[in-house]
Amino acid sequence: MSTNNVSITLQNTEDARPIVEAITADNPDATVHHYPAMVKIDCPGHLTISAESVGERLGRDWDPQELHLSVISLSGNIDEDDDHFDLSWN
Amino acid sequence: MAKKIPLKRKYEMMTRGLAWDTTYQDMDDVYPYDKFEGIKIHDWDAWEDPFRLTQDAYWKYQAEKERKLYAVIDSFAQNNGQLGLSDARYLGALKLFLTGVSPLEYQAHRHFAHLARNIRGTGAQVAAQMQSIDELRHAQTQIHAISHYNKYFDGLHDFTHMHDRVWYLSVPKSFFDDAVSAGPFEFFTAISFSFEYVLTNLLFVPFMSGAAYNGDLATVTFGFSAQSDESRHMTLGLEVIKFLLEQDEANVPIIQHWIDKWFWRGHRLLSLVGMMMDYMLPKKIMSWKDAWEMYFEEQGGALFEDLARYGIRPPMHAEQANNEKHRISHEVWAIFYQYTHAAGFHTWDIDDEHKAWLSAEYPDTFDKYYRPRLDLWKQMAADGNRYYNMALPQLCQVCQIPMGFTEPDDPTTICFRSREYQGDRYHFCSDGCQYIFDHEPEKYIQAWLPVHQIFQGNCGGAEIPDVLNWYHLNLGVDNMAYEGSAEEKIWNDWMATRRVGAART
Ligand SMILES: [Fe+2]
Ligand SMILES: [Fe+2]
Ligand SMILES: [Zn+2]
Repeated sequence: MSTNNVSITLQNTEDARPIVEAITADNPDATVHHYPAMVKIDCPGHLTISAESVGERLGRDWDPQELHLSVISLSGNIDEDDDHFDLSWN
Repeated sequence: MAKKIPLKRKYEMMTRGLAWDTTYQDMDDVYPYDKFEGIKIHDWDAWEDPFRLTQDAYWKYQAEKERKLYAVIDSFAQNNGQLGLSDARYLGALKLFLTGVSPLEYQAHRHFAHLARNIRGTGAQVAAQMQSIDELRHAQTQIHAISHYNKYFDGLHDFTHMHDRVWYLSVPKSFFDDAVSAGPFEFFTAISFSFEYVLTNLLFVPFMSGAAYNGDLATVTFGFSAQSDESRHMTLGLEVIKFLLEQDEANVPIIQHWIDKWFWRGHRLLSLVGMMMDYMLPKKIMSWKDAWEMYFEEQGGALFEDLARYGIRPPMHAEQANNEKHRISHEVWAIFYQYTHAAGFHTWDIDDEHKAWLSAEYPDTFDKYYRPRLDLWKQMAADGNRYYNMALPQLCQVCQIPMGFTEPDDPTTICFRSREYQGDRYHFCSDGCQYIFDHEPEKYIQAWLPVHQIFQGNCGGAEIPDVLNWYHLNLGVDNMAYEGSAEEKIWNDWMATRRVGAART
């Protein structure tokens, strides 16, 4: 598997904050870069967003499709289902 | 409570589950456009949208995005948000964006509607339907921004008319005309993959973050709202390429050529964005060079390593583009500085602080090649002799940008390439543009080149005021030096009033 960075960029909003927190907690290799109005997260090879982990922080169920409200850019192959949203390079 | 249908199953039901093959009419007659490019597809069902977005969820999330966006746009208008801008010079970048890009959103809307009807795979149809509606939304929200800014500032009063006529707006217009006049799979490779997946980050992400940094709440909000759709479009771009490459080996060389072509087309188009980032944002967020390294060299590099398993290599002129990251923003700014009397926005002399920033960001090139020119121009302006170039430039036959780019191995020599075709000579700014012409000369000889059209007498007259009249631009109001412009004056007056108001409280 490639160790090139996959990447996700989210808006700096209330909606996105628990997602960013879940990503940093669940992906120890992730690096978070802050820019005006946005946050870019890079991670070597693979990055996962767990619906459970975001839901715990939100205090309610979280559907990975809610990501559509916050995401502004992606890099990597996507794998999405009811409980996760993953990015990876082969 | 009814049990929720799992995402994968729901996607099945809402795409392929709704489709059928025609029997009264031959499928090839119903879908006449998806074979002539030579792309071979054996199994359309292998198409999967990784987001598995279905219409019900689509409308729900889009409605939410619109609610948020218009709340911000409303309060921006209500509270005179334009007064919060870092400086009125910022508007130059915004005007170029809104007159150059917004009409392309509408073109994208139309063409994705066409694709949704004319490709036979259901997953692809559904994705194209959604994108068509997204792009219409992008056009609308940007027109709302135009409408607001047009109340206070110059140059935005007739953007559709200008898009069809003004010399530098022919650069984005002809780019998109080239794409929509290609077949459906070339369009996907051009717009969804090469532009949206590989390059669009450079247009929307650092620039919109820059808009936020410069106090333009309206733009960052429509920009990021659009970009949230864009991440779906990018995903479509990557999926479409992987799907086509997996379907048949014979598709590989066809796709490779399109990637080579559209990478260079996009790179040239984005040189305008490079200028906006390095020269037109009063508060800088990152240089064009850094953005290029982050989004093309790093992210694009990872992408092309991933695609190597299909036999795809990085775009043909990628090395040349990497090499140009030290130059193009400076070269394009020089073009607009000289021709600002024929544009719909102002340019200005660069102050010392800005030069110091450019020098730090471009240690190999700025002081050596570009600073002396800026110093000279500033001196000329101080002597009452601000430089305007009165000769019309030679345009590149393919990208339509004035020929101001330089030789790959020599940043001090303008790059000229030319070809003779059927007895006429055509000119190009680069090897990349010449390569594109060589593959489809019969297409590019039809290019509507603004300068040629002026000389042929098709643009209202032979003098610059006649042409500007024909563009619906107001000479000396919408354009020329920012210093001494009506826009500078009104901005300074507003800021002075604000300071007086603040002193009173
Ligand atoms: Fe768009
Ligand atoms: Fe798009
Ligand atoms: Zn060119």
